[in-house]
Amino acid sequence: MSDSNYDEIMQLLCDRLSSLTNSSSQITPETNLISQLSIDSIKLLNLIMEIEDTFDISIPINALTDVQTVHELADLVYRIKSAP
Amino acid sequence: MNLLEKLDASAAARKALLPDGVGAFGIPIEEVYSATEARIGDRRVLLLGTNNYLGLTFAPECVRAAHEAIDKEGTGTTGSRMANGSYSGHRALEREFADFYQCSSGIVFTTGYQANLGTIAGLAGPGDTILIDGDSHASIYDGCILSGAEIIRFKHNDMADMEKRLRRLGDRVETTLIIAEGIYSMLGDQAPLAEIVRLKKAYRCILLLDEAHSLGVLGETGQGLVEKTGLLNEVDFITGTFSKSLCSIGGFCVSNHPQLEQLRFVSHPYIFTASPSPATIASTRAALELLRKGSHLRDRLWRNCTQLYSTLQEAGYMLGPDPGPVIAAIVDTPQQALLLWQNLLEHNIYVNLILPPAAPEGKSLVRCSVNAAHTTEQITYVGDTFSKLHKLVRSNS
Repeated sequence: MSDSNYDEIMQLLCDRLSSLTNSSSQITPETNLISQLSIDSIKLLNLIMEIEDTFDISIPINALTDVQTVHELADLVYRIKSAP
Repeated sequence: MNLLEKLDASAAARKALLPDGVGAFGIPIEEVYSATEARIGDRRVLLLGTNNYLGLTFAPECVRAAHEAIDKEGTGTTGSRMANGSYSGHRALEREFADFYQCSSGIVFTTGYQANLGTIAGLAGPGDTILIDGDSHASIYDGCILSGAEIIRFKHNDMADMEKRLRRLGDRVETTLIIAEGIYSMLGDQAPLAEIVRLKKAYRCILLLDEAHSLGVLGETGQGLVEKTGLLNEVDFITGTFSKSLCSIGGFCVSNHPQLEQLRFVSHPYIFTASPSPATIASTRAALELLRKGSHLRDRLWRNCTQLYSTLQEAGYMLGPDPGPVIAAIVDTPQQALLLWQNLLEHNIYVNLILPPAAPEGKSLVRCSVNAAHTTEQITYVGDTFSKLHKLVRSNS
């Protein structure tokens, strides 16, 4: 995937999180990955690897310490993807 | 949620995994009888949950050396080497490790955990990148975090995935440290070192190999995976622990890069901690000597590993890909793992229980650690007991 805009990234994350967690509730940009989706650290790191491959980027795992919500994860992916 | 409530939540999550009264983690061991037997509660159990790979915990040479060191130099060094000085034993052990690995220098750390913490955080810093295997030990993750470098994971032992991530780094590969392990502690499998070395050279990175579980186990003289693969000279830094094959506590790093010595002045886990006690250093030196000439111990260890791995495989257990001293039975659910672990203990066999998220890919593990001191009869009994319990575990799926 190239030239991904923010909405595409957000949509992909919501779809992937939905299948990963089998969540019956709607996943929104404000959904908290840990407290609402109960994603453990290993699942999150594996998800990050998938995202890296989808967008052909590297996401340092230390950058995840600032990520709580879906939109914060989308912001991080967008920022790295858009970097020159 | 305040600080204490967060710990309460963590305790609740732990209790949800393990019923009351099941002390699988940090089980109380009342007495240790030998390298293979101890008392847990009122049971005399076979120890298959320790990392005593060469079975040297009661080796007379090591026990005697520790006693003599206490008599001669006291019980502790009372502080760091930077402030309180380096005892002759510290310096001798460093020379002996450097000599063992044919390296120009070596550093001894107070624990194996600190060896990784101190080496990684000393080598890399903010602006650098560290590429690590997804199944890396916590000491590697923690060392990476302490360094402030950017941390990128590759899929466990997947070299295509590792190369993809190296390629994405672009020019940043010049300041990239790659870290792998000789034997991985969860499944007991070995790193594909030849391919890692090929990529390290192609991308001109620095390579650190942690031989914690492979020291004493792999290679003609027990150097580890570097010796088994003939790639000693291709690895930049080797770390390891004294707490497994060497049966004490501590860790080391060796290298031919002269810059290793600078770690003594920049690495906080080396500087700001008490140095290893005289008894620890003395017993480790004695154990290293036994390890170097211990091909008979490795022969016995591998005979035991092969026997147990084959028995469990024939019984139908899913196992890690390589036979070795770490043999993990992989089951689908925590309930199956707990059932197997409890039944083994009822049959007087102590093994390790590993539940998600510590176990890879959402599975659960019942992990055995085999050692050279186990007798053929003991290994046969453990294998037979596992075989008898396989049906029970499967029926609980």
